[in-house]
Amino acid sequence: MTALDAPAVPGGAAATSPRAPRGRSGLVAATVIVVLAAAPLFLAPFATTTLTRILVFALFAVSLDLLVGVTGLPSLGHAAYFGAGAYAAGWVSINITAQAPVPLLVGAAVGAVAAALTGWITVRTGGVFFLMLTLAIGEMVQQVANTWESVTGGANGLTGVPSVRIAGAPLANPGFLYWYVLAVFVLGFVLVWLVARSPFGAALRGIRDNEPRMRAIGYPTALYKYGVFVVAGAVAGLAGSLLVAQQRLVTPADLGFLTASFALLAVIIGGAGSLWGACIGAALVILVRDALGPSLGGHGTLVLGAVFVLVVYLLPRGAAGLQLWRRRGSS
Amino acid sequence: MLVSVLNGLAIGSLLFILAVGLSIVFGMMDVLNLAHGALFLGGAYLGAAFAGSWGGFLAALALAAVGGLAAGVLLSLMTEPLRKRSHLDQALLTLGVAFVVAELLIIAFGDDPLSVAAPPALDGSVSLLGATYPTYRLVLIGVGAVLALVVYLVVERTRVGALVRATVADREMVAALGVDNRMVQATVFAVGSLLAATAGVLGGPIYGARPGLDATVLILALVVVVIGGLGSVRGALVGALIIGQVDTLGRLLLPDFASFILFAALALVLVLRPHGLFGSPASAGAR
Repeated sequence: MTALDAPAVPGGAAATSPRAPRGRSGLVAATVIVVLAAAPLFLAPFATTTLTRILVFALFAVSLDLLVGVTGLPSLGHAAYFGAGAYAAGWVSINITAQAPVPLLVGAAVGAVAAALTGWITVRTGGVFFLMLTLAIGEMVQQVANTWESVTGGANGLTGVPSVRIAGAPLANPGFLYWYVLAVFVLGFVLVWLVARSPFGAALRGIRDNEPRMRAIGYPTALYKYGVFVVAGAVAGLAGSLLVAQQRLVTPADLGFLTASFALLAVIIGGAGSLWGACIGAALVILVRDALGPSLGGHGTLVLGAVFVLVVYLLPRGAAGLQLWRRRGSS
Repeated sequence: MLVSVLNGLAIGSLLFILAVGLSIVFGMMDVLNLAHGALFLGGAYLGAAFAGSWGGFLAALALAAVGGLAAGVLLSLMTEPLRKRSHLDQALLTLGVAFVVAELLIIAFGDDPLSVAAPPALDGSVSLLGATYPTYRLVLIGVGAVLALVVYLVVERTRVGALVRATVADREMVAALGVDNRMVQATVFAVGSLLAATAGVLGGPIYGARPGLDATVLILALVVVVIGGLGSVRGALVGALIIGQVDTLGRLLLPDFASFILFAALALVLVLRPHGLFGSPASAGAR
């Protein structure tokens, strides 16, 4: 990344310093956060709500990218942990307390526990096998949500979830809710970013590129994969607790096949392995599904399916790959 | 109890028809066809559109067979340019196709679940050892058994079947012998899709036709394939019968947690035999 960034930086001195691109991306990140934080001051409430949904889905997609892009484990069942976190956060908000950090922590914890309970079997495999197993697990978790009516509300979902409270005051205003979601999003994103950059993340990339070699060097690869599966489940659960804070409702569809595949689509559109790419992909998915979908008679899925097919053919490395390709072309 | 076992057999034979194509295509070319459930749904809607008379039922079967063949060839052609890329890209492509097909079906047939009547004379029930049982399901068990036998004989006893098995075992070697394995792939893809769409028509009177059914049956088929082992006809058969029984028994005994039982069966098999009951480590290791 740094090597490819360098020619694009104007001025020879900046290009030779390895720190320059990192400083620049830090600046970009800061600008993006400032723009995002200021957004509700300028946007209509509906647009703010859409942006909130995008952030929620982006955090979910980022957690999936930790599996798909960083570790090379393509999951089609990640919505199970997202939904488990959402149900848990919603249940706690209704039955115990909606006081701010509690639903978040409970969502993340339940996401992690659900991932820990199912992960030990999935990490025994890889590649398309992993895809199949996660798909099967995701669907089974959805069936549980559908049938365990006393806790999940069955097919109607968990309704009447109260607003999140901060210091006793409910966050009913869309703008305040947006800031709450933004803060947690930034937290979650930084967490995933740190994991991806750590030595642990480097080992995960090694597993992605050549698992037998990593095992031969002495890395307990199954343990590493299990670890990242649980971390990704926790972050997905965190995103789930944001979902319930925003929707005030969880339905079995939120942990279904469609949600999981949209998240995978977001990661693929963005370019697997690129965390910001996953956010862009998530924005596109939510815009098509929630903003464009109603004007298509609710058939946003049709558009997303077509986008999926096109992306697979035309953008083997997603939007992040496109960027790389353009830079390479210009230098 | 007898009713449950019979239900399990009926669903098992349906699952076998559905899963065998998925299993062989995967075992042979490592192409996971996630559009398999959408093909089933297409068949189910065809059945819903034509059901009610024998003529309609047979017409739906014929249309599903032709449509399935065409869809299989098309899918095979679509995955062809991705041959050099990772198998994941091919799976994702079929996932996109599955979305498009399922949405088009919903646009054409509406959001509401449709029920499909069994053809006349089969829509009644018969009494069997003191219990009444729907005639159609008994017939379905028979049809499933016949189809299973046919597929088994074709794959295990004919030249074409030998070619298919050889391609599953070692694709490069078969290509080196001068066989164009793209043709083999297209044929298997087409026949597998035909079986999936036909299973949709046959399963119509049991499952009906509704949005979301494609995902449900796709998952069941995947579980069957994982349990049975990739690329094995025998594995698909045994897996389908096991899952048919486990699923119906689970729904009968613990209706709230039937899906957990399915997962438990899957986990158990994978712990004891990581490559499925009849899978060979080599075919799974290729991925």
